[in-house]
Formats: sequence, structure tokens, C-alpha cells
Amino acid sequence: MRPFDYARPATREQAVQLLAATPGRAAVLAGGSDLLALMKDGVVTPERLVSLQGLQGDHTLRFLRYTAAAGFRIGALTTLADLAASEVLRLEHPVVAETAGRLAGPQIRNVATVGGNLCQRPRCWYFRSGFGLLAAREGASLVVAGDNRHHAILGNDGPAYFVTPSTLAPVLIALDAEVVLLGPQGERTIPLEKLYRLPLAEGEREHDLGPGEILTELQLGPAAGRQVGTWEVRQRETLDWSLATAAVALEMEDGRVKRARVVLGQVAPLPWTSREAESFLTGKTIDEAAADEAAKLAVQGAKPLSKNRYKVQLARVAVRRALLAATGLDREL
Amino acid sequence: MSDDLTTLRLRVNGETRAVVFPTHHTLLEVLREELALTGTKHGCELGECGACAVLVDGRPVLSCLALAAEMEGREIETVEGLQIGNELHPLQATFADLNAAQCGYCTPGILMTAKALLAENPRPSGDEIREALAGNLCRCTGYHKIVEAVDWAAARMRGEEGTPPAEVFYGSPVPDAPRV
Repeated sequence: MRPFDYARPATREQAVQLLAATPGRAAVLAGGSDLLALMKDGVVTPERLVSLQGLQGDHTLRFLRYTAAAGFRIGALTTLADLAASEVLRLEHPVVAETAGRLAGPQIRNVATVGGNLCQRPRCWYFRSGFGLLAAREGASLVVAGDNRHHAILGNDGPAYFVTPSTLAPVLIALDAEVVLLGPQGERTIPLEKLYRLPLAEGEREHDLGPGEILTELQLGPAAGRQVGTWEVRQRETLDWSLATAAVALEMEDGRVKRARVVLGQVAPLPWTSREAESFLTGKTIDEAAADEAAKLAVQGAKPLSKNRYKVQLARVAVRRALLAATGLDREL
Repeated sequence: MSDDLTTLRLRVNGETRAVVFPTHHTLLEVLREELALTGTKHGCELGECGACAVLVDGRPVLSCLALAAEMEGREIETVEGLQIGNELHPLQATFADLNAAQCGYCTPGILMTAKALLAENPRPSGDEIREALAGNLCRCTGYHKIVEAVDWAAARMRGEEGTPPAEVFYGSPVPDAPRV
């Protein structure tokens, strides 16, 4: 790792100031499991690390608060192990606790944070090998011409072909989670979905974070009777990244879907909401045929690259099984 | 850009150690280079293998992905602190008895991770042991003996008497097989 200045502010505002003072050349250190690996590989070379681990008193960001009316306020430094171990989260949003408990490995879950999971950088091997987030050379993407077996099948009109790495994000977006961002101009709360953006030029980031802005909190409402299900496809049970995931949340009324959220992960440069599947499901009773059709619609617009056609099928199966899991049909089959 | 040094008092294996180290060094580097505690191993350096696992405040973490500068006030435990006085820790003794180490490179990380498991759960099932050790790779692939050793160490720590069946030692269900 290259040397850097290490700052350990006591307040959130100091952290923001320290980051904003050297825009683009400072990085936020939370659990470190992604950032330090990127720094060791020389993919990012920040001149200053601003640690959030020294925040004091009311400024600390490791908390998980719940009220029946408003749901959860989860500090950005809450670890994945904290999420997995939270009884109240497991009762209210079991899929969130289960997803957190399935990520990475046990040692990583003890340090990896919620904020870090949501803001982690893509696993694209071109990016991780120093070719840049868009991996373009002379105007052409190396991904399109190269080994793209793990790359995007949706939202891949370019110039971004990587896939969003967070497995938690699709689940949380399906549950309409919001995030609180603190920057030099103060605080703003946005839907988690809006945190993700398509970078259009090298140097742009895939997150909507302004200079000096940090993610401080995740807000997640009560389950409110929604039927929620996820499905994740990966090669190994542990220490692996997903190949495709799907998360669905269904608001039901008289046995029919009143409102559906269908969000896919690892298939596009951002968590991918399938409007096609959502509008198809609205008003329907969920059975196997409806799940099949919604899954088909979710990948209808897929444009596989030269080596990732298999991901279309994985994504389709993930949506279908997430729907069956949400409605309990998987237990009847 | 600074290459300055950090001075910290680190709590390692129950002792307070004053350490001066380059600020950008990881806990793994400081344990091995400044504190000469070379039981903790450099593996992948990217959080994928578990060879560098140590306990911080009782929980296993990867020392290759932790900055030493972040460790003030934390209780760090390494494999060097595992034995109790002159006695091996039951995990160490059982790993030795059952030949649960082959090349041994992954063993310190596994011992520390298993210690944290048994502190939390003195009677883990096989699946719970496998899940707890899921972040520790053994490239000799001797996982079976490792899981058995943790299971038997847990029994010893609960004060249960007993000897593992012969096949645990010899890998054969025939204990009377002729030996060379």
C-alpha cells in the first residue's frame, strides 16, 4: 500500500470537511474490507484516509434503532454481522438479516459495514486490474471485446459494462429503503435506488455522492405486511460474489398484488428495477404461471455480451424463485 | 503525501505494547514486523483466505485488511497468546493429536477463528463449525480433520472424556491395519 495521511475525526462534520478539503484525493475508511484491498492493488491511491471509526458520542455511526411506526434507522458503520445478529431485524425483515449473514465470510462480516456494502466498488476484473471503471481504450470497451462472462446483461448500452456488486442493495431497494447523505452543504435523504448512477466518463463514480459527501444512515420502514423474497445464484456457498440476484416485495390486497417491486442485482451497472415485471404483476394473483411470466419479462430486454448469455437464464430463474419464495409457493412445490 | 509514523499502545495477547510503525501498515504487518509475532500469516493479502485471522475484541477479523492505526484500545489476540501458561490450548493440542494441520500455513487463522466460535458456542454442530470456518481456506484441503479437531477440542473443553475413534488418526476404518 502507498503511504497516506490518516485522519480520525471525532465529529461527522469534521469528517466531511476533511474529505471536502481534498476532493477526489481522499477516501472514507469504514470497515476497510473493500478500500484496503483496492489500495493494495493500486486501483485507488487516496492521499488521505478519513476514518469514521473515531467518531464520538452522538456522532458515532454504529447503531440500529427500531420503532414500530418508523421502522429502522441503521448507522452506516453497523457491520454485516450486526445486521445478521439483530433479533428485531430478523423478525421484521428476515430477508435483510439473512442476506447480510450470507455475504462474504465470517471475518469479513465482522468488519464490513452497511455503508461500505452499499458503496463498494464493482468486482469487474478490468476495473480491479487497473483498466478503469469503464475499461475503455481508444474509445472501445475492453469488456465488449474481452472476457465479459461476469458482466452486464441489462443496462449495458455503454459505456459501463460492470455489474453492481452489492447483494444487499437490491433487497433494500425492493423494500423502499432510503439513505441519509451528509456533505458540506448539509444532509439529504434520498431513496437508496437514487444512490446508484451510470458513469458516463472515466473518473465519474457509480454512486451519487458529491465531494465530501458520506453515507451516514440507512432508513428502512416496517415490513407492513409486504411479502418479500430473494434468490441469489452463486458458484460457492461462501466467500463468493453473486452471479445474479433478485429481490421482490409485494404489497397485497385481497389476494392480489397491489404494488410490486422487482429488483435484480449483478446483472446491470446499477441495481436493476424491472418495470416490466412490476407492472405485469400489479393486480395479479401470484401462481407459478405468473411467476414464470414476470421472470420472462424481467429479462426480455437483456442484451448478453459474447460470453455471458448464461446470465440471462440465471437472472430469470432468480426472479421466478424470488417470487415463489415471497409468496410461500416454493414450500408447496 | 506523508510517510509518517504512528505511535500507539497496542493491547496484544493481554500485554500493552508501545509500537511505532508506518501509518499505512496493516495490523498483519505490525504484528509480524514490529512485534515479531510471526505466527499470523500473510496469505492472499486481499481478504480471501483467512490465513491472517486474529481476534479483535474476541471476534475474528482479517489482519491484512485492518490498519494498525485503527487498533488503539482494542484487545488483539494472536496464535502466540493461545497457549495457557506452559500448556497448549485444547485446540492446539487436539490439532496436533489428530494431525489436523498439513502444511500448517492456514492453521493459526483457523485456531483463532475456532477459539472465537467455541467462546460463543461451546457445543457447535458440524455445520456450525464449517460455517464459522467458511472464511479460512486450507489449500492442502484437509478440512475433514480440521472440523473433527474443532469438534474434539470442544468436547475436551467441556471436560468430556473420550478418545477419538482410530479412523480419526489413521483415516481408515480398520484400526488394526498393519503399520509399517
